[in-house]
Amino acid sequence: MSQVRVLVGTRKGAFILTADGTRQQWEISGPHFAGWEVYHLKASPADPNRIYASQSTSWSGQVIPRSNDGGKTWEPVGNKFAYDGVPGTHQWYDGTPHPWEFKRVWHLEPSLTDPDTVYAGIEDAALFRSSDAGQTWQELSGLRGHGSGPRWQPGAGGMCLHTIILDPSDPERIYIAISAAGAFRTDDGGATWRPINRGLVSAYIPDPNAEVGHCVHHVAMHPSRPGVLFMQKHWDVMRSDDAGDTWREVSGNLPTDFGFALDVHAHEPETVYVVPIKSDAEHYPPEGKLRVYRSRTGGHEWEPLTEGLPQSNCYVNVLRDAMAVDSLDSCGIYFGTTGGQVYSSADGGDHWAPIVHDLPAVLSVEVQTLP
Amino acid sequence: MIRVVLPGHLRTLAGVSGDVELQVEGPVTQRSVLDALEARYPMLRGTIRDQITGQRRPFMRFFACCEDLSHEPPDHLLPEAVADGREPFLLVGAIAGG
Repeated sequence: MSQVRVLVGTRKGAFILTADGTRQQWEISGPHFAGWEVYHLKASPADPNRIYASQSTSWSGQVIPRSNDGGKTWEPVGNKFAYDGVPGTHQWYDGTPHPWEFKRVWHLEPSLTDPDTVYAGIEDAALFRSSDAGQTWQELSGLRGHGSGPRWQPGAGGMCLHTIILDPSDPERIYIAISAAGAFRTDDGGATWRPINRGLVSAYIPDPNAEVGHCVHHVAMHPSRPGVLFMQKHWDVMRSDDAGDTWREVSGNLPTDFGFALDVHAHEPETVYVVPIKSDAEHYPPEGKLRVYRSRTGGHEWEPLTEGLPQSNCYVNVLRDAMAVDSLDSCGIYFGTTGGQVYSSADGGDHWAPIVHDLPAVLSVEVQTLP
Repeated sequence: MIRVVLPGHLRTLAGVSGDVELQVEGPVTQRSVLDALEARYPMLRGTIRDQITGQRRPFMRFFACCEDLSHEPPDHLLPEAVADGREPFLLVGAIAGG
């Protein structure tokens, strides 16, 4: 019978939740890296027992643990992220130039085909790649070298490269997103990049045609349609049908179009999930009701999913990397909250139940579907 | 032998349970002690001082013989009691964060 393994990064360690394909009984292991912030952990699609994690604290910086046995044991690998050449400056919050400084790894994206190749999205925003299973890291500096880098500015959470999407149909194509620079795409394996933000409207940017400066919170893609992208921007849920060249808003009837997390159903490329959050000032669900919204039409028309989720006095947030889907026949949807709950639905979102209630604040959720 | 006391989370990372004892060749300074420590425990690279700049991480502090040595130049000699092993060199995580 199939198995599901949920990888949960939290403010105080990582947890691994496993269940068989019924997804009813869960085993919890952890905390791994107790006391450390684990922004993200993700397994290699090419070798499900190979998992990379981002472990950090303000005290002791960045560590990259790697597991070769599905998270039972870990060993630290390379943690030196040196910008290529002279790092230069980006804009600080007040608009003054600020030197690029490595702070932490936000997201790890293993290659679709090679377990030893993994990408890291870091703060201050840059993309790194390791081809030796995490021992050494090299910057894909064409991204910061695009020319707009000196105009990038941090979002409230820092200037982070938080989203990395590898195109399964084209190994040369990668999408990334940065808060608050926007989304970018390479079509030559990371050598050169271009911003893909046309159609995004951000009220705080005076120039409606600004190529960078947009606070993109998350981007998701269905592997069967790599040219179709969905985006949760600071405000607005967006969609692109041309690999990011142009975007249109699909927020439709959402109660608020602010939010962080977003994902696509494993078998229905037009079925999309978001978790509306009240506003940038109030990072919790509107009316204290935790609702996942599902669109079966690729946006515009959204339905609230509430069965099993708290519908009163709920004031948690769901962060950008804290939602994922499994690929079982009846697609499972998972998300974690800043209140330490991890919720799952084994029926595409119709019914929800908490797997765990009381973890530290959840920073990220990834799911593996194992044979 | 130089005795080094790591904060708890770095002991866990390095897989040690008590004080670390190090042989340091030449002058005993912050730099030479940390070089020896990182050579023996490579997983600690970057966790005490920045890997690029070599600067002490802001929330890591260095103490010995009841004195805060955090702002001493890295090539200054450590106290004789540290060099001859009577007193440990303490790496302490600052109390910060509320």
